[in-house]
Amino acid sequence: MKRLVLGLALILVPPAYAADPSEMLKDPVLEKQAEALGKELRCLVCQNESIEDSNADLARDLRIIVRERMAKGESPEQVKQYVVDRYGDYVLLNPPFKGTTLVLWLGPFALLLLGVAAAFAFFRRRGASGGPVPAAPLSAEEKRRLETLLKDKDQ
Amino acid sequence: MIAEIGHFALILALAVALVQATIPLIGASRGNATWMALSGPTSTAQVLLIGISFAALMHAYVTSDFSVMNVAQNSHTDKPMLYKVAGVWGNHEGSLLLWITILALFGFAVTLFGRNLPPGLKSRALAVQAMITVGFLLFILLTSNPFARLEPPPINGSGLNPLLQDPGLAFHPPLLYLGYVGFSMAFSFAIAALIEGRVDAAWARWVRPWTLAAWVFLTCGIALGSWWAYYELGWGGWWYWDPVENASFMPWLAGTALLHSAVVVEKRDALKSWTILLAITAFGLSLLGTFLVRSGVITSVHAFATDPARGVFILGLLVVAIGGSFLLYALRAPTLKTGGLFAPLSREGALLLNNVLMATGAGTVLLGTLYPLFADALDLGKVSVGPPFFNSVFLPLMVPMVLAMGIGPLMSWKRGDLAGALSRLKVAAIVALIVAIVTWVAQGGSLGPWWAAAGMGLAVWLLLGTLTELAERTRLFRVPVGQSLLRLGKLPRAAWGMTLTHAGLAVFIAGMTASSAWKVESVQSQKIGETVTVAGYAFTLKTVQDVQGPNYIASRGTFEVTKDGAHFAVMQPQKRSYKMPPMPTTEAAIETTFLGDVYAVVGDASSDGGYVTRLYFNPLVVWMWFGTAMMVFGGLVSLSDRRHRIGAPTRAPTHVPANSVKA
Repeated sequence: MKRLVLGLALILVPPAYAADPSEMLKDPVLEKQAEALGKELRCLVCQNESIEDSNADLARDLRIIVRERMAKGESPEQVKQYVVDRYGDYVLLNPPFKGTTLVLWLGPFALLLLGVAAAFAFFRRRGASGGPVPAAPLSAEEKRRLETLLKDKDQ
Repeated sequence: MIAEIGHFALILALAVALVQATIPLIGASRGNATWMALSGPTSTAQVLLIGISFAALMHAYVTSDFSVMNVAQNSHTDKPMLYKVAGVWGNHEGSLLLWITILALFGFAVTLFGRNLPPGLKSRALAVQAMITVGFLLFILLTSNPFARLEPPPINGSGLNPLLQDPGLAFHPPLLYLGYVGFSMAFSFAIAALIEGRVDAAWARWVRPWTLAAWVFLTCGIALGSWWAYYELGWGGWWYWDPVENASFMPWLAGTALLHSAVVVEKRDALKSWTILLAITAFGLSLLGTFLVRSGVITSVHAFATDPARGVFILGLLVVAIGGSFLLYALRAPTLKTGGLFAPLSREGALLLNNVLMATGAGTVLLGTLYPLFADALDLGKVSVGPPFFNSVFLPLMVPMVLAMGIGPLMSWKRGDLAGALSRLKVAAIVALIVAIVTWVAQGGSLGPWWAAAGMGLAVWLLLGTLTELAERTRLFRVPVGQSLLRLGKLPRAAWGMTLTHAGLAVFIAGMTASSAWKVESVQSQKIGETVTVAGYAFTLKTVQDVQGPNYIASRGTFEVTKDGAHFAVMQPQKRSYKMPPMPTTEAAIETTFLGDVYAVVGDASSDGGYVTRLYFNPLVVWMWFGTAMMVFGGLVSLSDRRHRIGAPTRAPTHVPANSVKA
């Protein structure tokens, strides 16, 4: 149980003091760029949180690294490459488009095509089969109920 | 003693559920009325037994009985009563007990309201419900007993995760579960219909209100969770594409699709097989959602426990339930009779388009949520799928959806007139275009995010499109206004429901777009007396004081906020430190205005003698909540329609049979 609470505490540290003002770059344009990049980098010890949103130590370190490199004049792309080289694709919240993520990126479009194709086939088949198919006949009991109801209506 | 009664009642409920899952099913296939009728008393017995069990756990929490392990691990005597009660479902075991309690209530509702249902369909559906109950009861009894005792009992409990200590906990999980479990109705009736080999308008008429009710609950639950995250997590966001949020969003998408395709089954006797598939999918995704959250495969705020045995059990349950239903579907669906014909350009066609897009949306979210798991399992490397992916794939899918939502309701059944519908939407299209262009120019051309203009345009398109449909129905401007008003008064409530819900979505889209695109944020170290201006609001930090709560201490910041020199509000955000378990939380201070939320968070003292403060202006946030409220209200209005009323056949006998004749 203690482990669980500790685990939760690690995961749930509220991000209110993420991105401490002291870490922020003086240049507001550069800071905006750093923030935009930070939002795409995963805090590796958290669940689905970017380094900008998390206050885990690792996220803090990464935020500082990102800003130091950007202050030195590196482009966001270069900084991103630097972080990916060290931590792998896992650090990117927006997965790169490549062999192993083909299914992920193309899957939704494949699904959409499949849906459209199925609808198309549906109309083709309906068109070919001609007139409407008669509804299932009523059971004896339903007929009885129908008759009583029709009688009710007449009254 | 009371805990043991609760435990024993669960075991008895399992025995009853086993009877209910088998005897009525055999009775239905043999035509034995007595055996079929057994489903009634057994579902009543279940609701009583599971109710006793739930009450027993509630008792343990309210009286702080720490000899029950579950209470000792998740409660504390200092906790306010509200959280003692809500704490019952603020943990793994208790939340499962809530799940099954709601399931039992739904089963009982079938018995209560379903007197006019064909006995075969009813007893089969109740048997399917009981099978789900058996699975979950076994899961609780074998892996997650909420009544396990602790020897010796501790002096006090470990307390509840402070993030969960919020009125949100009292409503968010029950509403969400009412939604999840509500789809079990559509599921059970779909399976029963597959076994019977018959789906007709009467079936749809029964399934529709329950699906609608589940949808209303789920919408409420998701919105409440989102709102909770918005004010509790303290960084002004409201949706994170977190796996757990996705887990609740997928059944919502499938459920929305089901709601629309069930209309086609009821009105036109078409799309039957597809509707059955959606009913299975919607509940399957609810089960998957429970699995994702409970198994600990994806750890997050919501994962109360991570235990591999539980994961394996739920996975097995999932495979049996979903795999079994799909197998049954594959075997039996071809035998379903096809009904009414329709042209691709028709109301049915539009509803089918909704279904294709909604299903693709649900599939996309599913793919994105599970992909990291698959990639890991298949050794493709560790991949993260975060908000950027979902925003760039899911949102574009919703664009044709919203465009079609404007047109669909104006199409007639069977064969619609697209050109006619479009010509009636001319005004809506022109105004939407103007709004998009004005938005584009107002945010400085290429400077702002381009999609903001599109989002606002779409919102206006949908709102005006919906109003156009209402005007068409009342023949506004074509007959005297008085007559239009008369027609307005005579509109069926289901029509009002659609209008409200679609308009609500329009308002929601506007709020979502604005709050994502034009959020203003300022993070700084602020000294006492210092003023920071955000979006025209001047925040002066007056004091930071320590305050004492029932089970926490907090430092409370006091901001005086002025706008254009005039007093606007005094805002008091807090940073709390809970004692048990020791953990900090933030309580944002939010002042809501029509045009946006003024949002303030106070943090730690910084090295230069000030305090870290985060100040935001979140535009149109209240529009999102209001839009969602409209959607929920629309659902309720539609539910109150005489023809949808649950159990309507009993009170208005001429209605249902009149329709089943047509079918």
